[in-house]
Amino acid sequence: MSLSLDEVRHIAKLARLELADGDVDATQAKLNGIFGLIEEMQAVNTDGVEPMSHPQELAQRLRPDVVTEGNRREAFQAIAPQTEAGLYLVPKVIE
Amino acid sequence: MSRTDWEVVIGLEIHTQLNTQSKIFSGASIAFGAEPNAQACAVDIALPGVLPVLNKGAVERAIRFGLAIGGTVAPKSIFARKNYFYPDLPKGYQISQYELPVVLGGKINLLVPDGKGGHYEKLVNLTRAHLEEDAGKSLHEDFHGMTGIDLNRAGTPLLEIVSEPDMRSSAEAVAYAKALHALVRWIDICDGNMQEGSFRCDANVSVRPRGQAEFGTRREIKNLNSFRFLQQAIDYEIQWQIDLIEDGGKVQQATVLFNPDTGETRAMRSKEDAHDYRYFPDPDLLPLVISSDWIERVRGELPELPAALSARFEGEYGLSAYDATALTASRETAQFYLDTVAAAGTANAKTCANWVMGELAARLNKAELDISASPVSAAQLAGLVLRIADNTISNAIAKKVFEALWNQEGGADANAADAIIEAQGLKQVTDTGAIEAIIDEVLAANQKSVEEFRAGKEKAFNALVGQCMKASKGKANPAQVNELLKKKLG
Repeated sequence: MSLSLDEVRHIAKLARLELADGDVDATQAKLNGIFGLIEEMQAVNTDGVEPMSHPQELAQRLRPDVVTEGNRREAFQAIAPQTEAGLYLVPKVIE
Repeated sequence: MSRTDWEVVIGLEIHTQLNTQSKIFSGASIAFGAEPNAQACAVDIALPGVLPVLNKGAVERAIRFGLAIGGTVAPKSIFARKNYFYPDLPKGYQISQYELPVVLGGKINLLVPDGKGGHYEKLVNLTRAHLEEDAGKSLHEDFHGMTGIDLNRAGTPLLEIVSEPDMRSSAEAVAYAKALHALVRWIDICDGNMQEGSFRCDANVSVRPRGQAEFGTRREIKNLNSFRFLQQAIDYEIQWQIDLIEDGGKVQQATVLFNPDTGETRAMRSKEDAHDYRYFPDPDLLPLVISSDWIERVRGELPELPAALSARFEGEYGLSAYDATALTASRETAQFYLDTVAAAGTANAKTCANWVMGELAARLNKAELDISASPVSAAQLAGLVLRIADNTISNAIAKKVFEALWNQEGGADANAADAIIEAQGLKQVTDTGAIEAIIDEVLAANQKSVEEFRAGKEKAFNALVGQCMKASKGKANPAQVNELLKKKLG
């Protein structure tokens, strides 16, 4: 499998990465290299092997339903670029 | 163009907020109404280096739901990252479930109004239900041209319940949403508060010519937070799609928003990027493993479910399917009814049902009170039903007594109805001599009606009965008045 230049641009857009026109070719080559690696792995016969979602064969530990975190807004907002009335301010987003 | 007979196809995705104490992956509180960002901890605001830890209470509620709808609780399910960028989603992805959700399948039985005063049964199959976290809130009011972000809601546990595209009208969609709303409250996994966003519906709507096997292209209406809006939005959307196709257009897959002010739906994002979420298993979370022991323990703790209780009401008390469903609309209503029947006796179960759904429901509705806050207790209502059953009072007088009970005139005891009947002298008159005396008086004073009746005017008879009831202040037994009056005139 290999990616077209348009697909590379689309993926970059989804990841919010800005690719200069000159970088698209190089990025395509790198991504296709990764696909080559994946193709090698896919050549291995995995019939009858249950897919794993995590490299460790363990089950998720659960936390009791108890409130343990208090209000630390002041500390968190001290490092935020801009806040007002307890809110984090960000550039306007319009759908 | 010839008129096509269109068939509507609807599937619903419902987000229910789980009523835990803490968030799904952090120990912050989910209490409603806190100061902005006062309940957003390091995990919720996605500071570097934090890890999510799954809340057992959220998982337990998902199990409860899976059992209540007869679905399969997955012994192993997986959390996945749903990737998109939005400022109220600080991690840049939402933790959800994709390939292996916690609940698969299940079904729910509905009674749908047929629009002619009756109801029909409908079975809706569920596809799945999965656990996920909610996002924060964006406030677009003017902060010097910027957007304010409140992350208190970020990380609130949600169970997203997805139905099969089994519904064929907005009425069926509303009936399904209402049944699900009643169920999640019944099993106590969600408070059902739609105004606070605890129960939100997305509707997938498409149309196709009747008889066609493939579905038409669907549009998804997002974030409907009342049953009325759900109905309005679907009805508008159906007509919009039919008009478009009949005018030669083609429906494009899209996400749309409903505007309650105009009653219209309008496209919100293009399909281009909307569904490119690039799901993959979240490496921060191991598989969720649910043992059969845990499932069995939860099953043992489930209350009797509305469907089972409703069947019992039909079988043991002889109620109609509609009455039985109405009385199991909430656990509080069902309990009130059960308490009333327990005190009034099974023989009076039907009368109890009529009073709980009739007079009491109407008064509670008018006063905007929940049944658990009813000023008339179940025992007091049973006391009233017993006096109707033993002919101490007529139905008309019973309404008067109920009014007095509502105003607490009989005190707080179970025998308040008796106290009111006694104090106000409302006992029904069944003594033949006393009723005859009243009739004689009425006949003497209404010679004109008597003559009209003898001349063949049937209506005059009813007028005379009315006069007799009035003369007895409503206390004469109506059946006896009828019979004695007939004798005297005949």
